Amino acid sequence: MAAVPQLQRQFIEYTTSLYNEGYLDDQFTQLQKLQDESNPDFVVEVVSLFFEDSEKLLNNLATALQQNIVDYKQVDSHVHQFKGSSSSIGAQRVTSVCVLFRNCCEEKNLDGCLRCLQQLKHEYINVRSKLEALFRLEQQILQAGGSIPMME
Amino acid sequence: MECYEDDVPHVLAVDDNLVDRKLVERLLKSSSCRVTTAENGMRALEYLGLRDNNQQSGFNGKGSKVNMIITDYCMPGMTGYELLQKIKESSFFKEVPVVIMSSENIPTRINECLEKGAETFMLKPLKLADVKKLRHQLTKCEN
Repeated sequence: MAAVPQLQRQFIEYTTSLYNEGYLDDQFTQLQKLQDESNPDFVVEVVSLFFEDSEKLLNNLATALQQNIVDYKQVDSHVHQFKGSSSSIGAQRVTSVCVLFRNCCEEKNLDGCLRCLQQLKHEYINVRSKLEALFRLEQQILQAGGSIPMME
Repeated sequence: MECYEDDVPHVLAVDDNLVDRKLVERLLKSSSCRVTTAENGMRALEYLGLRDNNQQSGFNGKGSKVNMIITDYCMPGMTGYELLQKIKESSFFKEVPVVIMSSENIPTRINECLEKGAETFMLKPLKLADVKKLRHQLTKCEN
């Protein structure tokens, strides 16, 4: 089992890369600040809600875009939800795609929307696997008896 | 000025987005507020006892007084603005500060809400600093 200092360094490096590569932004730090001894699982809880919500929205989007007559207002409303929740947890790349997606909705551009949906799925799957990796690292540190380093 | 029950303000937070509801609840609790959440305007009005223009007691079944209402603007069915209107029309609740949140920074929307009597407008995503400021505005309990 890796030693705590090594795990902690790994954690810091990984987290830093997530911010540098734009997967996460400052809002994620806000979530971490809200976690404490009386709310030790807050980040995982909110992020889990985000995952559940996102998967529902992706399904709804796929369905809405498959209709013979696409209701762009409905599509936009799903994207708006997705934009909101991704922005609230700091999933920056997901939010960016949502912004482009809303433009396609406004233009009633079906091809554009379908492309955006693919991009959205891609970015969502990426951030989900990265966050899951981050949480696994945290668990490893805690199980090894260490504490999670505070990121500034 | 009235004191808060148990010395902490009770805030009703209204938002149709599950992630945002969880976030606003935690933000408010971390600022020592008691929080009740509602997923839309109708539920909020029901909680306040204002459903169907029922202006009876203004207390819900549990009799918990609300010291502030914070609501999202874009919600299905009833917007935050419409909810604000209903609250301001209530003789019982019109003095309760109402804060509007939105992910969109649209000056006409903001002005519309402020003119209707919203206490303040907050841009999403909400941060600790935003809520701390709000909490300051709420400190009115004299002992």
